[in-house]
Amino acid sequence: MAAPAYEELLVAVGRHRDRAAFAELFAHFAPRLKTYLTRIGSGGEMVEEVVQEAMLMVWRRAETFDPAQASASTWIFTIARNKRIDALRRVRRPEIDPEDPALVPDAPKPADEAMAESQRDAAIKRVLKTLPEEQAALLRQAYFEDKSHSTIAAESDLPLGTVKSRIRLALAKLRQGLERELT
Amino acid sequence: MAHHPSDEYLMDYAAGSASHSVDLLVATHLALCPECRDKVAAYEHLGGALLDSASPSAIAPDALSAMMARLDEPMPSEQTPASDSPRFDARTLHMIPEPLRSHLAGNLDDLKWSSLTRGIDQIELKVGLKGEKTRFYRIRGGQSVPQHTHAGNELTLVLAGSFSDSTGRYARGDVAIADGDLDHQPVADLGEDCYCLAVTDAPLRLTGPVGRFLNLFMRY
Ligand SMILES: [Zn+2]
Repeated sequence: MAAPAYEELLVAVGRHRDRAAFAELFAHFAPRLKTYLTRIGSGGEMVEEVVQEAMLMVWRRAETFDPAQASASTWIFTIARNKRIDALRRVRRPEIDPEDPALVPDAPKPADEAMAESQRDAAIKRVLKTLPEEQAALLRQAYFEDKSHSTIAAESDLPLGTVKSRIRLALAKLRQGLERELT
Repeated sequence: MAHHPSDEYLMDYAAGSASHSVDLLVATHLALCPECRDKVAAYEHLGGALLDSASPSAIAPDALSAMMARLDEPMPSEQTPASDSPRFDARTLHMIPEPLRSHLAGNLDDLKWSSLTRGIDQIELKVGLKGEKTRFYRIRGGQSVPQHTHAGNELTLVLAGSFSDSTGRYARGDVAIADGDLDHQPVADLGEDCYCLAVTDAPLRLTGPVGRFLNLFMRY
């Protein structure tokens, strides 16, 4: 399968500070980050700035990228999400600290399960394309329009329960598709 | 652990659309709950897939060269989370996980508690926008919290001790979610003092045309 090698590019950036690899990542992700940040309403020229800040973070943090944990797109999504929130709130987004003595650690995972993460992401992408447009749109709204479940409910004049069950339905569809893809 | 934040909250956290105070509560629960960390990771994978499937927007022609020119900028000194900070004693360090711990001004016993009623002390944490309520409580074992309702949902995360109400018993790591209609009267269980973080999930965020316009003025 011709999975795009963005994970390999990221690893090359992390290990060798590979500028050509970074430029390729930028060419793919910067225009998509712009779509994401525009739709989520970051506001005018701030979009380009957050895109740059996020990609700069990608360059700096690439050595912490672990392809067993996430695909390149998931990793970059979380960086851009945090950059945007940090810029809006002017403080760092609350996150767990993996070194925290109070943290309850993960149970060890079977190695083969960990291996599958980025393949799983590729499967999610394929299944997303097969979702009915209405459901795909709802998921995009949840992720791309800065709307919590309760805000979507308030704005669409729907009871929160209805929004929850529609999103659940979309997720169930996604899960069914994934089961077909991965088994 | 018996009571987790519902999937809506985990998805909002992963999507980055929860309010600051809800983010704080969910992240602190995540520190105690590998199960919900897995769920959030799954929702982040969905975010990644949506990003990758988004149609690309045109970017400025010089964007790439501007980017490449910035790669050698010196790195700003990164503020590391305060986990190795010596200012917390062992009890605070082990009872209160990050990111909540950094929001406390000091050790549990040294905080400027204000008395709400007999046996109940509270601290208002300054988190998020005006109107977001983020409170840290210390409730003496056996003490009952005055009956109340709230506008919007209230989420309560237990850090120590436990409390019970008509919906169940909540101990360390558990999250109680009370919607606006629930008229409840939690009682701290006998024994250890109960420490918990409570936030209200009122729709405060700036969305819609006016909010988006205001967002323009909130940069950096
Ligand atoms: Zn949990």
